[in-house]
Amino acid sequence: MTALVDLTLADARIGLNRGDFTSVELTEAHLRAIERRRFLNAFITETPEVAIAQAHASDRRRRAGQVGAMEGLPIAIKDIFCTEGLLTTAASHILDGFRPPYEATVSARLRAAGAVTLGKTNMDEFAMGSSNMTSYYGSVLNPWQRHSAPEIKLVPGGSSGGSAAAVAARLCLAAMGTDTGGSIRQPSSYCGIVGLKPTYGRCSRWGLIAFASSLDQAGPMTRTIRDSALMLGAMSGYDSKDSTSAQVPVPDFEEALTGEIHGLKVGVPCEYRSEGLSPEIVALWDQGIRWLKAAGAESIEISLPHTQYALATYYILAPAEASSNLARYDGVRYGLRKAGNSSLNDMYMQTRAAGFGQEVQRRVLIGTYVLSAGYYDAYYLKAQKVRTLIIRDFQQAFKTVDVILTPTAPTPAFAMGEQMDDPIIMYLNDIFTVPTSLAGLPGLSVPAGLSPEGLPLGLQIIGRPFDEQTVLKVGGVLETAACFTQRPSLAAAT
Amino acid sequence: MVHWIEGQTGLWEIVIGLEIHAQVTSRAKLFSGAATSFGRAPNTQVALFDAAFPGMLPVINAKCIEQAVRTGLGLNAHINKYSVFARKNYFYADLPAGYQISQHELPIVGPGLVAIDLSDGTSRTIRIERLHLEQDAGKSLHDRHPTLSFIDLNRAGVALMEIVSQPDMHSSEEAAAYVRKLRSILRYLGSCDGNMQEGSLRCDVNVSVRRPDEGFRTRCEIKNINSVRFMIQAIEYEAHRHVRVYESGGRIEQETRLFEASSGKTRAMRSKEMVHDYRYFPDPDLPPLTLDDAFIEDIRTSLPELPDQKKSRFINIYGLPAYAAGILVEDRETAEYYETVAKGRDPKTVANWVMTSLFGALHRSGREISDSPISADHLGQLIDLIGDGTISSHIAKSVFESMLETGQEPLAIVTAKGLKQVTDSKVIEQAIDAVMRRHPDKVALYRGGQVKLLGWFIGQVMKATDGKANPTKLSTLLKERLTES
Repeated sequence: MTALVDLTLADARIGLNRGDFTSVELTEAHLRAIERRRFLNAFITETPEVAIAQAHASDRRRRAGQVGAMEGLPIAIKDIFCTEGLLTTAASHILDGFRPPYEATVSARLRAAGAVTLGKTNMDEFAMGSSNMTSYYGSVLNPWQRHSAPEIKLVPGGSSGGSAAAVAARLCLAAMGTDTGGSIRQPSSYCGIVGLKPTYGRCSRWGLIAFASSLDQAGPMTRTIRDSALMLGAMSGYDSKDSTSAQVPVPDFEEALTGEIHGLKVGVPCEYRSEGLSPEIVALWDQGIRWLKAAGAESIEISLPHTQYALATYYILAPAEASSNLARYDGVRYGLRKAGNSSLNDMYMQTRAAGFGQEVQRRVLIGTYVLSAGYYDAYYLKAQKVRTLIIRDFQQAFKTVDVILTPTAPTPAFAMGEQMDDPIIMYLNDIFTVPTSLAGLPGLSVPAGLSPEGLPLGLQIIGRPFDEQTVLKVGGVLETAACFTQRPSLAAAT
Repeated sequence: MVHWIEGQTGLWEIVIGLEIHAQVTSRAKLFSGAATSFGRAPNTQVALFDAAFPGMLPVINAKCIEQAVRTGLGLNAHINKYSVFARKNYFYADLPAGYQISQHELPIVGPGLVAIDLSDGTSRTIRIERLHLEQDAGKSLHDRHPTLSFIDLNRAGVALMEIVSQPDMHSSEEAAAYVRKLRSILRYLGSCDGNMQEGSLRCDVNVSVRRPDEGFRTRCEIKNINSVRFMIQAIEYEAHRHVRVYESGGRIEQETRLFEASSGKTRAMRSKEMVHDYRYFPDPDLPPLTLDDAFIEDIRTSLPELPDQKKSRFINIYGLPAYAAGILVEDRETAEYYETVAKGRDPKTVANWVMTSLFGALHRSGREISDSPISADHLGQLIDLIGDGTISSHIAKSVFESMLETGQEPLAIVTAKGLKQVTDSKVIEQAIDAVMRRHPDKVALYRGGQVKLLGWFIGQVMKATDGKANPTKLSTLLKERLTES
């Protein structure tokens, strides 16, 4: 029998239904795994007591015939979601001791569907980063290792690095992540798991600590496509408390996983084949195209002409929104306070200087700058216009194709300390994910192969707005073809 | 009406533009469900959103949108079917999010017009530039502790309408008439209670002066004035200050100033160099607001009769002079009171009673018409008692005073006090005879040609009848008696 921690959500659901094991047993297995893999630093806060109590309650509900979509399934929550009564930090010093008196809509929905929550996962501070190195609670270790140099510590990607590492290392069956410019997809690629950023508006942002409000979107991080479909169904839906959440029906995403993609048109954007893209990534991408063609799809070369401006656009708009969203962390009502020398402004400055890490400060400064009088038109307004052009690129492309296939990230996981000197290099990690975010489209990262060094590589499937079904269906075909069954070397023992 | 300041070097014209912050009448705040009642214990009406807790999001209150549109229509203004909420970013302790959600480039209401009436009988039209919705800030309490400031967030997030006029006013009287008229319209519409003491209506006044036929000069903004009287003082002080500065060769700096009620002066608050860079940008938490025609038309058809329309009607139907009509319609309840009394009675007599006796009495006791001790029905009955000869207008005045004190109906007072008018000729004649008997000398003088003494005789007979003699009858009978011999 497969070890409990190696199960998929879907299989664990079957096992629970059959009575092969209880939610308490499943939860305890994961709590043990978390304990043994604490060196990964995947969690900021472990909540074993909460998890056990929820598991008992779930088992009781099951005996009473009440079985939700996520009934009894242990998952982890990125520490950017507010969780009622539980420490919520966004991996920032400035939220020291913050225990929200409310629960984010998406985590509340998962709990209402029966999910058991094991704890709050580590992340880049305020979701700003692609390495998980900006966390106040320390970096997360990628459970994968290079064949040639297993001693080199690799990053899990970011910002949902803790969630990605935890899912890959079998510390939870699935995890909630958030994606602003690639924060679900890039770490999923680096850790060899499935990560889905849904269409903007698919999942409520209420109770999600804001980084860039027009981009932030919650999504599932799982080990299989089916699991993402299952979890997305439990997370999504209109929420009257979020004015940007969409009033669209929530389909049964699992039903879309038919494997049938005959005649489906797959766009391959020529602009993504930039110079310097590593040969292993190019090879994997071509392999992905061949797999889909073999399944009956048609590949079509497309153009997304404004791709080259996407990263610059993102690094204007996201910091602009962040500079405003993060103004509330002032030391007055919650979190860290550094008393200044009697003046209010001094308290603000001391608190924010001590409470925000370097990357957050950098982005707050950039954001403040691009919104300032005299610079607004040249930066913010121009970036908004370019964003519209990028959206049009995709609209144009989706007139001829059904999905778009690209690599998720330009490289496999890099080592801690690499790429740290120049923030621009770090920002390049998001080059394939950011355009999708700016356009608000669904993007799915599917583990599709290993690099020569034995590190996972992901392919990204981009779909039309609110067409997660097609995205997941194509993802299912890639998953079957790629047959990615490798486990990371630092995964919990089976 | 042209209003000039006569300086030592010539004439100066005052230029005034007003920004009025009117609190929207709504049970809940603009973007949260917290209540908006005034005067509750500090921090008892605060939603998590108002306190800017992480992850909290704004949800627009449809009632506030409706009120803004209603107000726009009442100001004859253009309603923008597409408007955008923007964040105005600045740090202050009573602004928890570090930004105020407001409207910047695309407000919900565009240009409009307000007609004002002036005391010389002329009217003017003041142009409205825009009306936008925004959140109020919390309140900082600096007087509760020697070294700490306390924050009350009850007001944080309450909906305000900022109504911006063009610089169309040229005297403090015009500015005052504009504020009163705007307040009147808002109260008719029910979109703002207009209570200046409670801060539901606050004015920022922009003042500059200029030479005749010259372009605009530098203006100063006087913030947060909460009474019309203070606004008049502030404008007068500020305009004369500008004239003094210019005439002594100085320069006026663009700055924000505060009015101090104690001294009647304004003083600098912050200069242009210290002006905030608010870094406005569209709030990504709120999609642009779009209104459809049906929504706007529904509100338009539900609008009440507004002061200007009511005034024309009062002039046409009741034949009132424009000035009186203007005063009677300023307040919706006054107008309703008047119309209740005027029904079936002489409109001018009623207007006279309401505007002199009743307004005077209310003013003396500091009451509003809504809690007048004399109901409209009772005032009507009083006027009827004069009309049917039961009492004289002279007696009516004292009955009116008793009604004020007791709230009783006039007939009860008249009966209880025996104030019924004496119309019986015999009774009056007896009184006349008694007076004539007592003053044969005066009778002789009258008959000798001093007819002016008639008034004196009337007074004497009135005194003898406790003022109850019907004056017309008395006068006729007295003349007969005095001329007989």
